Amino acid sequence: MRTIECDVVVVGAGPAGSMTAKWAALGGADVMMIEKRPEIGSPIRCGEGISRSWLDRVGITVDPKWVARKVKGAKIVSPSRKYHVMLDESKAGNEVGFVVDRVFFDKALARDAAVAGARIMLKTAATSLIMEDGKIAGVRAVSHGEPVEIRAGCVVGADGFESQVGRWAGIDTSLKPTDIITCYQYRMTNIDYDPDFTEFLLGSIAPGGYAWIFPKDENTANVGLGVLLTRLKKPGEVKEYLDRWIANDPRLKNGQPLEAVSGAVSVCAPLDSVTMDNLLLVGDAARMINPITGGGIANSCYAGMFAGKVLAKAAKAKDFSQSMLQEYEDDWRAKMENGLWRDWMAKEKLITLPDETLEMLVEAVSKVDLERITVQTLLAAVKETYPELVKEFEDLI
Amino acid sequence: MKVSAERCHHCGACVGSCPQNAIFMNDFILDFGEACNKCGRCIKVCPVGAITREE
Ligand SMILES: Cc1cc2nc3c(=O)[nH]c(=O)nc-3n(C[C@H](O)[C@H](O)[C@H](O)COP(=O)(O)OP(=O)(O)OC[C@H]3O[C@@H](n4cnc5c(N)ncnc54)[C@H](O)[C@@H]3O)c2cc1C
Repeated sequence: MRTIECDVVVVGAGPAGSMTAKWAALGGADVMMIEKRPEIGSPIRCGEGISRSWLDRVGITVDPKWVARKVKGAKIVSPSRKYHVMLDESKAGNEVGFVVDRVFFDKALARDAAVAGARIMLKTAATSLIMEDGKIAGVRAVSHGEPVEIRAGCVVGADGFESQVGRWAGIDTSLKPTDIITCYQYRMTNIDYDPDFTEFLLGSIAPGGYAWIFPKDENTANVGLGVLLTRLKKPGEVKEYLDRWIANDPRLKNGQPLEAVSGAVSVCAPLDSVTMDNLLLVGDAARMINPITGGGIANSCYAGMFAGKVLAKAAKAKDFSQSMLQEYEDDWRAKMENGLWRDWMAKEKLITLPDETLEMLVEAVSKVDLERITVQTLLAAVKETYPELVKEFEDLI
Repeated sequence: MKVSAERCHHCGACVGSCPQNAIFMNDFILDFGEACNKCGRCIKVCPVGAITREE
């Protein structure tokens, strides 16, 4: 059987994998990144909305090739569609921003990893861990139909929502039904809408989740929705929710699909540990998605950078023990753990609110002129109009 | 469990949601392993209704 040796094997070439590979390779580690699909970035499983503030903090240079559309802000729409809150750049800081093309974005990140020195294998699916004397020593994979052993000091699980790597190693990444949002989306063209704003529609249009319109061009957008698993009553209902909305929304009803995207996101609290001897998890595999927005690209890239930097040090020291990898655990937690907890608790509350309450919330916030919109200022604004509503959120402020 | 190849988008929603880690997807092939206890969560999570119980 073919055997490949390296310091670090990264399983999955999404944003988390490519960022890990890049930063580890930049620091001198010998990196092999494997991807089971024949093309990086395709087919997409994403709404493609990101904010722009974080990109330079993780060393990503904006390239017009992957920016589909710059937006002026976001609209959060009440269940009746009567009220909306506008988050424009002046108010949301740099939190609103781009709708990207993941097909190009993911390739650009993989290119950066390759330029930094990482090797890439496509059509190569990890199938199990290599264990030696009770230690993780790499992964077994099937590459273009042939078995291959990739021996490495550290295995990186960057294998996304469907992650297996962590579970093979005994890290419990399983999700509760209330922490899973299941989604369907069309890239839809011939729609008549405002292409300068991303739109988030709340309420029973998408129970426990939301519906979105993320602009790609003047008459094309990613139109999708996600529903909380526990709110589904029959198989295939998510697609039905989406088709029903589109049929009933005058802006969308003449739209035609260019691409159909299916997928799920985790909306859970942060995991207890994503590192062990000779293995770590990054991105969706480490359940780092924001539980309120369902967005995971930014956190995946941050985690990838933190992991890659620590892996480079570990490769130099020839030590991939958990204590060596703890620095990665500390770094990602410092950056996002509190936020993930706070947003998860807010989500647990939000999913219980009926349309009438969501309507009141959006109405209340739409009527105040906020200098700067953050979760805190939003809650403070709601408190003025509906103090009883905020009671249960109080400890989040 | 039975997967309809005509409906399946290979999105991995079922794989990541399976409490038993019994589903494996090698690019385009979905396999249900022995660990499957027929709990049915995959049927529910599938956005397009591609999974059914084997009769
Ligand atoms: C419908 C939908 C809409 C979304 N919208 C947004 C949004 O608007 N904004 C946002 O920020 N986030 C969004 N997300 C979340 C976002 O897509 C993820 O957070 C992001 O892709 C995570 O990156 P990742 O690198 O961790 O995983 P992924 O991008 O999922 O990459 C994992 C890679 O690993 C590969 N892989 C898996 N198993 C193996 C294996 N055994 N061997 C080899 N390779 C393997 C996969 O093929 C894949 O290429 C959305 C998700 C969904 C489902």
